[in-house]
Amino acid sequence: MKYSIFSLARAALTGHRGWTRAWRDPAPKSRYDVIIIGGGGHGLATAYFLAREYGIRNVAVLEKGWIGSGNAGRNTTIIRSNYMLPGNVGFYELSMKLWERMEQDLNYNTMVSQRGIINLYHSDAQRDAFARRGNSMRINGIDAELLDAAQIRKELPFLNYANPRFPIMGGLAQRRGGTARHDAVVWGYARAANDLGVDIIQNCEVTGFQRTDGRITGVETTRGPIGAGKVGMAVAGNTSRVAAMAGLRLPVESHVLQAFVTEAIKPLLPGVVTFGAGHFYISQSDKGGLVFGGDLDGYNSYAQRGNMPAMEDVCEGGMAIMPMIGRVRLLRQWGGIMDMSMDGTPIIDKTPVDGLYLNAGWCYGGFKATPASGLTYAHLIARDEPHHEASRFRLDRFLRGATIDEKGQGAQPNLH
Amino acid sequence: MRIACPFCGERELGEFSYLGDAAPRRPHYAVDDGSDPVKLAEAFHDYVYLRDNVAGTMREYWYHGGGCRSWLIAERDTRTHEFKSVQVAPGAGASVTSPAGE
Repeated sequence: MKYSIFSLARAALTGHRGWTRAWRDPAPKSRYDVIIIGGGGHGLATAYFLAREYGIRNVAVLEKGWIGSGNAGRNTTIIRSNYMLPGNVGFYELSMKLWERMEQDLNYNTMVSQRGIINLYHSDAQRDAFARRGNSMRINGIDAELLDAAQIRKELPFLNYANPRFPIMGGLAQRRGGTARHDAVVWGYARAANDLGVDIIQNCEVTGFQRTDGRITGVETTRGPIGAGKVGMAVAGNTSRVAAMAGLRLPVESHVLQAFVTEAIKPLLPGVVTFGAGHFYISQSDKGGLVFGGDLDGYNSYAQRGNMPAMEDVCEGGMAIMPMIGRVRLLRQWGGIMDMSMDGTPIIDKTPVDGLYLNAGWCYGGFKATPASGLTYAHLIARDEPHHEASRFRLDRFLRGATIDEKGQGAQPNLH
Repeated sequence: MRIACPFCGERELGEFSYLGDAAPRRPHYAVDDGSDPVKLAEAFHDYVYLRDNVAGTMREYWYHGGGCRSWLIAERDTRTHEFKSVQVAPGAGASVTSPAGE
């Protein structure tokens, strides 16, 4: 069923009884050409692009819970492409371009809103670093704008400009950045992939791999064995656990990242704002809640919940730039499990096991990467060679010394 | 999470910093007498970059910077955050050939 103003009007006239399921609920077949493990944004986007761009339609997405119940439902919904290093810049800009046409491509309202993102800077050195980042973006054809204090004060008059320790001296703006509705992205890809013939199988946890002469030939699941020509993992947060079933040990640690939302208030924030002297980012949802987050808790975790020191740190960052939010009540708080790679950059590559593919290590940045991750991973699985915009996200880059360390922290995943 | 420091008693998490998995051991600078540079590179790659990323009880380094400033080794369940034990870490960062302390 195609969604449009006419389908809405028709349904309204018939008491909204005519709506059909957005995607089927099939039983698993005995074999697929490609199985994607993980029904989050990345897994569903991969299945969608496999079917749409690469003509591989005998595809299943296996999800242990319900689709979008992992990190796709636990992020802060920010989209942006303000990266600096070769390998990242082109990839995230590809993603931004796919965000810009996503709703038309999917015939689904994913509420992509290019309300802009402003990264504040608080020292001369940080301004220089942001100018360099902005220049790197503009060289690559991405919009970036360096703002001074007066311009920031005009756009964001409610910030705290009386902070002598971390004065707001300006910001780097990407006007095309913004937010999208995280659940709708999952549902949109699921519906579009389903329409192209992809089977989305929920409550189906992969418990092992079938191998013949070393090559992956299928998976064992809680709903029985399923054969496959190729298997792709898209299970960020649990990558090490799934990969261990194939005997792989990866440059990834699982860490908990918390996010927060306040009670709904009237429109306040025009876009996304980040605090450069601590680690704090905030936006306002269309419903009115202030959505914000900061640093990782810092210890390995699979628990999907965090602790008080990280909450305190995030709230202190918020109070430093927006003291007014101290008057707003916190409505909800949650934790997601991040696949922290050793250089802060993702991995989209083949594995040493024939027929098994890896999409992992998304650190903080998985949500904004969803469309490009799907497209480039589908390319890799379909063609057995990396997509040119993801050609540096290789698994062997650590051994080769070709890490892509945007933050310059080295092999300490909890600091990326 | 609260951590029971062997010197200071149970203290809140904010006093501690985390280093990570205590399992990796720095390889000797000349793996197999240094005759095979590939093996040497692989051994250091494994030490620096690869992790078991345990889902379950993990031995890990904590630093009590807000207290006695001791390095500690804790056993903690990464699925529940429950601490099983906390001990002083002798020879933190020791190499395989000079396992100081332990």
